[in-house]
Amino acid sequence: MKIILPIVLVVATAILVVLGLFGLGQARGTVGIAQGSALPGLSENADTPVKAVDNLLADVKRRNWDRAYATLAKDSGVEEAAFIQDWTGSNGSLRSFSSLESFETRPMHVSNDEAQMRVHLRWSTPVGPVDDVRDLRLTHEGDNWKVMWPKEQVPSVPAQVIPVNYLRWDLVSGSEQDWGSKNVDAPHVRITSMNAVDSAEGSVVMGEVVNEDTIPAFVTVNATFIDAEGKPLDDENSFDKIDHVLLPKQVSPYRIDFPGISLKNVKNVRMDVKAMLVPASADPVIGVMNQKIETDPQGHSVLHGDLLNESGQTVNIPHVIASFYDANGKVVWVADGYVESALLPQSSGSFGIEIPKNLSGKVQNFHVVVNEYSVGKA
Amino acid sequence: MRKLRLIAIAAFSLASLLLPCSAQKLVTPVSAIAGEDITISTTGTGKATFYLSGPGVANKRDVTLGDEIHLAGTDLKIAGAYVVILCADSCHGSTFYVKGSKPTSLALLVHPSRVPVAQSDAVSGVAIPFDRFRNMVLEPVQVNFQLTAANSAPVSHQIRSQNGIAWFRTASEKKAGKLQITATLDSVSSARVLQQVASDPCNLRIKGQRTAKGIELETEPVKDCSGNPVPDGTIVTFNLSGENGKTTVDAPIKQGIARARIQAQGPQSVTVASGVVMGNELRIGGQP
Repeated sequence: MKIILPIVLVVATAILVVLGLFGLGQARGTVGIAQGSALPGLSENADTPVKAVDNLLADVKRRNWDRAYATLAKDSGVEEAAFIQDWTGSNGSLRSFSSLESFETRPMHVSNDEAQMRVHLRWSTPVGPVDDVRDLRLTHEGDNWKVMWPKEQVPSVPAQVIPVNYLRWDLVSGSEQDWGSKNVDAPHVRITSMNAVDSAEGSVVMGEVVNEDTIPAFVTVNATFIDAEGKPLDDENSFDKIDHVLLPKQVSPYRIDFPGISLKNVKNVRMDVKAMLVPASADPVIGVMNQKIETDPQGHSVLHGDLLNESGQTVNIPHVIASFYDANGKVVWVADGYVESALLPQSSGSFGIEIPKNLSGKVQNFHVVVNEYSVGKA
Repeated sequence: MRKLRLIAIAAFSLASLLLPCSAQKLVTPVSAIAGEDITISTTGTGKATFYLSGPGVANKRDVTLGDEIHLAGTDLKIAGAYVVILCADSCHGSTFYVKGSKPTSLALLVHPSRVPVAQSDAVSGVAIPFDRFRNMVLEPVQVNFQLTAANSAPVSHQIRSQNGIAWFRTASEKKAGKLQITATLDSVSSARVLQQVASDPCNLRIKGQRTAKGIELETEPVKDCSGNPVPDGTIVTFNLSGENGKTTVDAPIKQGIARARIQAQGPQSVTVASGVVMGNELRIGGQP
């Protein structure tokens, strides 16, 4: 009895190891780590384009850069450092705080010598999961398929002096102790539009808010759902679906999500906008260029555009928020997206925000604002 | 101290109920002024115990009936109701009120700290007179509110206080700038400054031209409907629509004018907005 139990355990372990290596790894589809080898150093031969891409992405996920770089085609022409930077980001961008969580590979076109694959990448980031789609070209080299990695055009910023003379607002709290002598009113902000709709995950309250004052404001919009009996059902706030710091006369979209609550249970919506006086700067100015709604290869309506950083400082994490209007000028949707690469001074980067399919026909106009998060800036 | 006061009040209540007839009496003034001495006269003969209980004070002492009892102003600094009790073979009590003394300071509250120009009933001020012990002075007093703005004659409001409060409400001026509000009561005064700021932009107009570096746009000096320049830093949004799509730049006003240089190909239709105010529309051709 004393010998039988260890023997059974050893045999069972050996069976599981064998199953893990050769059985389950190939039985699954093409999602994330399940495709290819789960153990380092045991990548499969890249005898098909799918396996080649999966090997590459599995190594990227493990941050095994040398092995990942070795799966690239010789003609790629990209240096290993640049290849690594493509995946790890730079300049304090969102990508540099992200890690590849999973991936899905789909063949688009395969011939004897060339193949085109589409990969859906899911990144885990500090602002939540971010999905990315990339098209990869592969070539047949010898017995294996290799990925042609495109050489990214990294914007090079020449050494220059950019004069910055935009306004900045500082707060000074007076030293007088007399009653009523230190009162400074909170900024006046106003909700200019509000619309509540049902969504796939629950319901959404959205609209626009304007800072009507002559000083900057830190703005938060809260909404409370009231049921038929007058009791509050749920209250939520705009969280990151708003440009919180509004300069004088600046307008921002806002969106408040109520997951799991249908509007048919809601009798009333109570809106509350809170504004606080904060120090702020009018710099950096970010232009939103070439905004256009286009249909992507997957048939989704996407608002595309370019962000142009007109200032002299790096914008680490640009955040784009867009409100979409119908023909009557009513806000029918608010969506946002983070740009994964940093915006260097005087350089531009592209963005894309998807519009839900059921709204794409309704949208007639849109308004985009850019929020920015910069390292070392409160 | 509070315990002693409670005991005194309880004792006074019990004495008043159980011993309605007594030989000694005490006569208190109807009212007293905070910080001033008062005298309470007593009747009867023999020794008695005197209790004083009021806001912030509670004490007892032995007195001789028939003599006057002097209460020092230091015991009567806080305005409010005071209870005095005299106990010999029985207890007898009385109540008197201490009022605030002469105003020595004015608390002035002005609202709001910033106000758009030419708004009716937008500015309000409240003055509360206090004496040297920080008691509210409830006696009606005449407070003079003087509003002084740059380049205009001062405006005065004479307001009589009610229940210790004097207040006024008025419209903001048409000119932006500082507005000093001074409340004066005899030799006492207090001042606050509020900022009158430009209202929404009015008649927002832009001009622009295509240059080799792109389209250069700028507003005419941005002013409100009263002619005040809109403060620097106010955001003006330039919208361009052309064959390549839409381009938006939020530009802050600098020295009264908002400017933007935008690289856009082809003919463009340009509009401008600041907050909820729209400006004129401009069409710019595709060639410089």
